[in-house]
Amino acid sequence: MIKTKRSKAGDLFVAFLCFLLVLACLLPMLNIAARSLSSAQALIRNEVTIWPKGFTLDAYKAVLSDSKYTWSLVWTAYLTVIGVIVSMTMTTLCAYPLIYDKLKGRRLINGMILLTMYFNAGTIPTYLLLKDLKLLNRPAVLVIPYCLNVFNMIIMRSFFYGIPDSLRESAEIDGAGPVRILIHIYLPLSKPVLATLSLFYAVGRWNGFSDALMFMNKREYYPIQLLLYNILKSITSIDIQTQEGFTAPGLTQSLQAATVMFATVPILFVYPWLQKYFIHGATLGAIKG
Amino acid sequence: MMTAVADPLSKRRIRARNYLKKYWTLYAMLLLPIIYFIVFKYIPMTYIQIAFKKYSIVKSPWEMPWADNYGFEYFIKAFSNRDFLFALRNTIMLNFLDLLVGFPAPIILAILLNELPYKRFKRFTQTVAYMPHFLSWIIVSGLAVQLFAPTSGLVNIVLNRLGFESIPFLNDSAHWVWTYVFLGVWKSVGWNTIIYLAALTNIDPQLYEAAAIDGAGRLRSIWHITLPGLRPTIITLLILNLGRILGSEFDRPYALSNNLVNNVSNVIATFIYTNGIRGLQFSLTTAVGLFQSVVCVIFLFTANALAKKFGERGVW
Repeated sequence: MIKTKRSKAGDLFVAFLCFLLVLACLLPMLNIAARSLSSAQALIRNEVTIWPKGFTLDAYKAVLSDSKYTWSLVWTAYLTVIGVIVSMTMTTLCAYPLIYDKLKGRRLINGMILLTMYFNAGTIPTYLLLKDLKLLNRPAVLVIPYCLNVFNMIIMRSFFYGIPDSLRESAEIDGAGPVRILIHIYLPLSKPVLATLSLFYAVGRWNGFSDALMFMNKREYYPIQLLLYNILKSITSIDIQTQEGFTAPGLTQSLQAATVMFATVPILFVYPWLQKYFIHGATLGAIKG
Repeated sequence: MMTAVADPLSKRRIRARNYLKKYWTLYAMLLLPIIYFIVFKYIPMTYIQIAFKKYSIVKSPWEMPWADNYGFEYFIKAFSNRDFLFALRNTIMLNFLDLLVGFPAPIILAILLNELPYKRFKRFTQTVAYMPHFLSWIIVSGLAVQLFAPTSGLVNIVLNRLGFESIPFLNDSAHWVWTYVFLGVWKSVGWNTIIYLAALTNIDPQLYEAAAIDGAGRLRSIWHITLPGLRPTIITLLILNLGRILGSEFDRPYALSNNLVNNVSNVIATFIYTNGIRGLQFSLTTAVGLFQSVVCVIFLFTANALAKKFGERGVW
């Protein structure tokens, strides 16, 4: 950035505004972390702000000893891994062939895919279809119905378009078919977009709530967000509270905080490392979308 | 061989065979995605006819009998349903406030970040501001419930210590609406700057230099250089947002709502869930969903056409 005649005071004022935003983003996280580590007494006396009072790990021990919660964390991690593999495979299978302009029927297929972005059948038709397919309440219903995201497909396709055609053409002259070209040229060059989309899909599954709420009735298959929702609502509804196994009243507040921490921390550790990739990915999608 | 070349039909066939030999793998790759789109996106569209028919659990949608009033029975029922009219009003109200507050917010933040001369602090601010985007609405509602609790929440503790009364952020309809809007801004403002910041990198830095030489201050160069540079992006996103004015998120109102604020927190998506999947009124809720989709498409096309009429680029 070139130095123009801009006042130092103005720079500091802008920095101050940004600092307020940083506080607004960080304080809630610090508050919840402090609550999860504070004693029940300190919480009842409303003494906890952003630093733990009466430091204790009881809430974490209670959460970890709750088999429903730990199982749900493991189950959601498993679903996330499977979901990312399925979604990335489907997205690649969809995006790659569409960059061949010689492909006959490409416009038709493209149009058919893009149309679903602007008009979708709606919740109830999808629900009734899944019911007819006998997918409701099966684990697969948490993976398959939303496994291919058109927006993400467009991001990948734009990235593929950015790879010079000459690479593909020279490989074709050497006799390589589309599959070999994909595996040996396109995928190795596409690591940034593969990382970005894997992150998007992983966050989507880890944070996914409504599909489980609507399509999954079996408690043993509840992903973490649905279980978390029930736990968080349990403060007002006593029967969910006993159902989910958290009954000690003094602990409720720090327990809620600890359950939120468990569901949040995995994401907070992953996303900053992928920042330079996802910024690029998000920009690509927004422009071409 | 000679005869084959002379005959145009078999010439075409040979070309087709060569083409398929070379590219059949591409079609094989597309097979699964195409099946996916047909099964999970297009077959559900055939279920839309349920909106015009009397739902029957034992029949396929094609066999169900037509509803009364030339099939529009359930649309009439929806528009005489008090809950639906509330949901419709709330959807429009919340989306409108979102547009009013949430749309300018990332533009302002992107301009602030662009003005920030401290490189490392800028990067740090960005990283922190992207964080809320990665939290689910369930987690955000968990944070909000604890932060805004009337007696034990951090915000109200601070307010009390400063000598103010507690504010019922989530437990009173009017306050809930603004808390809902504010939390939306909190969650998305950082993430939504990405696209604007990308647009800002396309602005020629010499423009700022020239403006400075001409004696333009900070605000003038924002007004005359930065904002015009963002204009195409702003228009595109505005069109997309206008297209969504009747669209509704599900997780956000569902997670943030509670019994005290149902009159403002019920939106179309939650209406469909409670009356359809929970209440089993499939024809009514399919009709509501169809109404919503159709209005969204109409709004999107209208906004796009208007933008083009005023000489902007449009979305497509």
